[in-house]
Amino acid sequence: MGLRTITSRMVALPYENVDTDQIIPARFLKTTERSGMGKLLFHDWRYDPAGNPRPDFILNRPEIAGAAILLAGNNFGCGSSREHAPWALADFGFRAIISTSFADIFRNNCLKNGILPVLVGRAVHQELFALAAADPNAEVTIDLEDQTLSHPNGLRAEFPIDAFSKKCLIEGVDDMGYLLGQLRRITEYEERLLK
Amino acid sequence: MFVLRFERRAARRPEPGSRRAAGPRSGFTGRTGAFPCAARPESVPVPRYGLSLMTNRSPFGKILPRPMENQTLFEKVWDSHVVRSEPDCPTVLYIDLHLIHEVTSPQAFQSLRSRGLVVRRPDRTVATTDHIVPTTGQTYSITDPVAAKMVAALEKSCAEFGIRLYGIGRPEQGIVHVIGPELGFTQPGMTIVCGDSHTATHGAFGSLAFGIGTSEVEQVLATQCLLQRRPRTCEIRIDGSFKPGVTSKDIILALLAKIGVDGGTGHVFEYRGSTIRALNMDERMTICNMSIEGGARAGMIAPDDTTFEYLSGRPFAPKGLAWEEALAAWRKLESDAEARFDKTITMNASELEPMITYGTSPGMGIPVSGRIPEPGSLGDASQRDALAKALAYMDLKPGQPIAGRPIDTVFIGSCTNSRMTDLRQAARIFSGRRVSPGVRVLVVPGSRAIKSEAEAEGLDRVFRDAGAEWREPGCSMCIAMNGDELGPGQYCVSTSNRNFEGRQGKNGRTLLASPLTAAASAVAGAVADPRHYL
Repeated sequence: MGLRTITSRMVALPYENVDTDQIIPARFLKTTERSGMGKLLFHDWRYDPAGNPRPDFILNRPEIAGAAILLAGNNFGCGSSREHAPWALADFGFRAIISTSFADIFRNNCLKNGILPVLVGRAVHQELFALAAADPNAEVTIDLEDQTLSHPNGLRAEFPIDAFSKKCLIEGVDDMGYLLGQLRRITEYEERLLK
Repeated sequence: MFVLRFERRAARRPEPGSRRAAGPRSGFTGRTGAFPCAARPESVPVPRYGLSLMTNRSPFGKILPRPMENQTLFEKVWDSHVVRSEPDCPTVLYIDLHLIHEVTSPQAFQSLRSRGLVVRRPDRTVATTDHIVPTTGQTYSITDPVAAKMVAALEKSCAEFGIRLYGIGRPEQGIVHVIGPELGFTQPGMTIVCGDSHTATHGAFGSLAFGIGTSEVEQVLATQCLLQRRPRTCEIRIDGSFKPGVTSKDIILALLAKIGVDGGTGHVFEYRGSTIRALNMDERMTICNMSIEGGARAGMIAPDDTTFEYLSGRPFAPKGLAWEEALAAWRKLESDAEARFDKTITMNASELEPMITYGTSPGMGIPVSGRIPEPGSLGDASQRDALAKALAYMDLKPGQPIAGRPIDTVFIGSCTNSRMTDLRQAARIFSGRRVSPGVRVLVVPGSRAIKSEAEAEGLDRVFRDAGAEWREPGCSMCIAMNGDELGPGQYCVSTSNRNFEGRQGKNGRTLLASPLTAAASAVAGAVADPRHYL
């Protein structure tokens, strides 16, 4: 299940420094599983204390059903290294997150779970939020092959991604195999180290 | 370009020492193979190394950075751990020490088994239970069935793969970032990882230490390596001496207030300068611990005599001739005089005051004598919104002084501030005083060894006499996974590292501060300036 292009509405979450404790609170880390976490995504923003969905929170709005792109504020995914955060995002259905910056560990964790972090400049970022506010049904297209983000209104932006991660996402493979391909070198390194 | 494909294979455990093949995994792809870089299948059997316990040399081998000029501490450690680096591919970086705990490892072990892989270097892997263990009661009976299942899963995995586990009931048990240094596993020049972002703590010893996700935990278990992109370097130069009442916690909170929670993204910090040199290891660990709160990948401090004195005689530190050899190598780790950093930030420690946070991100800090900022004073719209949202959550008003804000709870503990230096600071304030009526105070030592040492010094009596609870070691109310938590709306002055919404309990409100400020606030029943209690 590789990832080449995504065309989807954007779920706009206009907050800065969203930490992984918000993406999935620590009490839900009490599990030995990694599946089924989509229902816990943004739990404490999404549900009231009685456990009922807050109708004004974006993830509870009917129009975002099936959306695969999260439009997030600056420094998304900071804090805890919990991979439960991308597990929850992926399980909810997100395949790409657009922001002006991502926390390092979170970014790595996304790439290991088939989620594409799309880095854009401030101007494009603001334009996308304006677009999502003006037309919640507006669909943008992310083309990983070309490394572009576009909208029929003429908006077009390029985004960076390293060749290795790009290839892994497009092929739909994880990078463990590359590491396992290095075993001889790892053994040689260890022999040097222990001499 | 070579394309490597591993055959799919039914998930089964191979014989120990046999060649492993990759099988399906439970992650996003369900397959492993087709790599963008030139890579060939290896046919060399993977050696299994037995546990090398209590030898007269370090079980982690010698760390010998290549003698090059003009290198930073980070570059020396990084370069000496590169197994492979080829164009268009991340670096294969060797990991000397892998620390694991019960919360971020179960899925990694499951996936490892499903691929038919085993732990490559159990002798370089160390486990403890800390995140969900209860801190009350000597029997440690875990009443939470899910927590009990997680602890049992770690015990099973450690037994299956031959990994040292300092679990519940062991004299070495404690918070993973406390016991690593305490037992001498953490050593200068090493690469150290853990499925926990506060792994940055170990950088205080001149190691390159960083947090990783569960997929990466699995990769290190399987290969003792990680795929990494080389971060940039940032020098944090801090000179000058503290005024009374100021601690290393105040340094890091002031730094975060200055650079913001993304100021270090993509970088490794190296803390330098006369202030840092004068700190003991506990104080250095507090600073490095919160590097991640500034977005930095890691935070490092070059080892010196203070470091070596701390490590000397620790159970897993090198001994005898190996110690002398290690010392000679460690002394070369310091950044060279002509080394260049990608960025430099300077601070004057003598200007600092005790700090406290008022918001929901560790960068929202002010001097404890200060007033809560006005969102209108910020130029950037999204920062204004973030501040307004934080103040609404905290129910604090712009312009209010933070001192005097009534509190419900004080938490003294966590991998940031649960060591002897921290406990002694808190005890200094509590000595001969009482906790304000109605305030709950938890003092949670970082490890069983610290608990014993504190009790030998009589600190437990000081805390108990003041009306504080003296608990068993663990992460406790820093992450609130073990039942130690705030009630909705409660205010807590906490020596931990994160004030995120709900971090210490759903709808709880956290104000981060030093052990001195936390203890002073406990006595006052409200946020208090520790300088009035010294």
